[in-house]
Amino acid sequence: MTDQPVPSDVLNELAALRAENATLKQQLKSETQLPMSLEEFKRYGRQMIVEETRGVEGQLKLRRSKVLVVGAGGLGCPCLPYLAGAGVGLIGIVDNDVVETSNLHRQVLHDSTKVGMLKCESAKEVLSRLNPFVVIKTYPVRLNYSNAFDIFKDYDIVLDCTDTPLTRYLISDVAVNLGLTVVSASGLGSEGQLSILNFKNVGPCYRCFYPVPPPPNAVSSCQEGGVIGPCIGLVGVMMAVETIKLILDIYTLDNFSPFLMQYSGFSLQSLRTFKMRGRQVKCQACGENPTITRDTIEKGDVDYELFCGQRNYNVCLADERISVKEFQNSFLSPGEFNHILLDVRPHHHYEISHLPNTYNLTVKELRDMDGSIAALQSQIPNIHGQSEVLVMCRHGNDSQLATRILKDQFKIANVRDVRGGFFKYIDDINPTLPKY
Amino acid sequence: MVNVKVEFLGGLDIIFEKQRTHKVNVKRDGEQEVTVGMLIDYIVLNMIKNPKDKDVFIENDTIRPGILTLINDTDWELEGEKDYVLEDGDIVSFTSTLHGG
Repeated sequence: MTDQPVPSDVLNELAALRAENATLKQQLKSETQLPMSLEEFKRYGRQMIVEETRGVEGQLKLRRSKVLVVGAGGLGCPCLPYLAGAGVGLIGIVDNDVVETSNLHRQVLHDSTKVGMLKCESAKEVLSRLNPFVVIKTYPVRLNYSNAFDIFKDYDIVLDCTDTPLTRYLISDVAVNLGLTVVSASGLGSEGQLSILNFKNVGPCYRCFYPVPPPPNAVSSCQEGGVIGPCIGLVGVMMAVETIKLILDIYTLDNFSPFLMQYSGFSLQSLRTFKMRGRQVKCQACGENPTITRDTIEKGDVDYELFCGQRNYNVCLADERISVKEFQNSFLSPGEFNHILLDVRPHHHYEISHLPNTYNLTVKELRDMDGSIAALQSQIPNIHGQSEVLVMCRHGNDSQLATRILKDQFKIANVRDVRGGFFKYIDDINPTLPKY
Repeated sequence: MVNVKVEFLGGLDIIFEKQRTHKVNVKRDGEQEVTVGMLIDYIVLNMIKNPKDKDVFIENDTIRPGILTLINDTDWELEGEKDYVLEDGDIVSFTSTLHGG
């Protein structure tokens, strides 16, 4: 090799690269000394400068926190993006449901292109785009006594965004046994409720508030009772506020007092905070002599189904029911109209859509007539003991109860329930009618 | 006579002609004090129009499970439950527990 002079442009390039390398090294050094990346400072700045969060200290608490959200529906959807946005380090989502069109008015993480997709995966997709610094774990399973402990054990806080008393008791019981705090909420119609349960393993649990479950016929779901999207949404957003406060230690053992918030959307919006009882000595889950322990739950000894009960709709014999096809062929074809069609859905459901030539009386209205045929005739003029009556409701549950009442109390011999109800009729016979 | 406000929340208003708040005067016999227990009897006797609706509100002679009772926004468990003695202006709220999500 000969000693040729290095071209000046190469030397210049070398000097530039060396300078750049030094800057990068310096930057890397200062960044590794920082508790978070510069990007995270920028991303969380607006909440870090709220003094109560204690800036970097609070942000690191959020990053270290692990929050499990059970249910990615009407409560979970509005809550989750705020948790992800705030920088909660690990977010778990438990939900085995798939997105349906009827969810979209309130479950705002999902959209029309995601119908049929798992809700937990749909949520993860949105949240990962919102904040790539957050780890999202999905559990496409139905929470039950055998999987709950295994899922819960990796988290510090559990959010109950579910929709049945059964899962509410289960979540509370498992959280009590693992020492986790629960943010619990619910909503229906234009109202919502929110509470913090088992706070730092000393606050009251769900069973302290509700030692005895409500009778199954007093429990209404969103599918049944309806729900206003922003009303339940507001409660979901409030859950995010409570969760952030828990993580930032705004609540302490000294200042925490059990509460239940009640939101009403109609007519004037109102939010009330009720002061609630503390932990109950006699509580079966968190009291002095608990019978609901990890062992009894995992063995299946705590029978949640039996405890919460179920409504029994199967009150008709096979020959007291007909299929929608038989119904169509025998009773809806033009000609002499000797039979009576009774739709027992609530009136406001009936008004949305119904079949022609039908009467509309609810199960409650029938029951309140105490079997008086005169009272029934004031609503259905031509009905009598020998009338042929076909009863339908939305899905074929209430119509069975109504069939029973018409036969047993009104002594109308020839009453039959249309199996699967109006919606089954729409699905199988006439899809041009509106389903809601 | 004691004048109180009674509220039915969480959908319970359905059995009270869809009216959420009611002004109630409970009369007392002689010197007797009016307790929340007596108010509940009064509600069952005079305010539930349809006798078939009683079991929406009452079960085994007490408030049905799943309904919270609050006296001036405080869980009645902290206030002596049925034995709480009402004063003029008290607010007694009954709220059905919601389960939807």
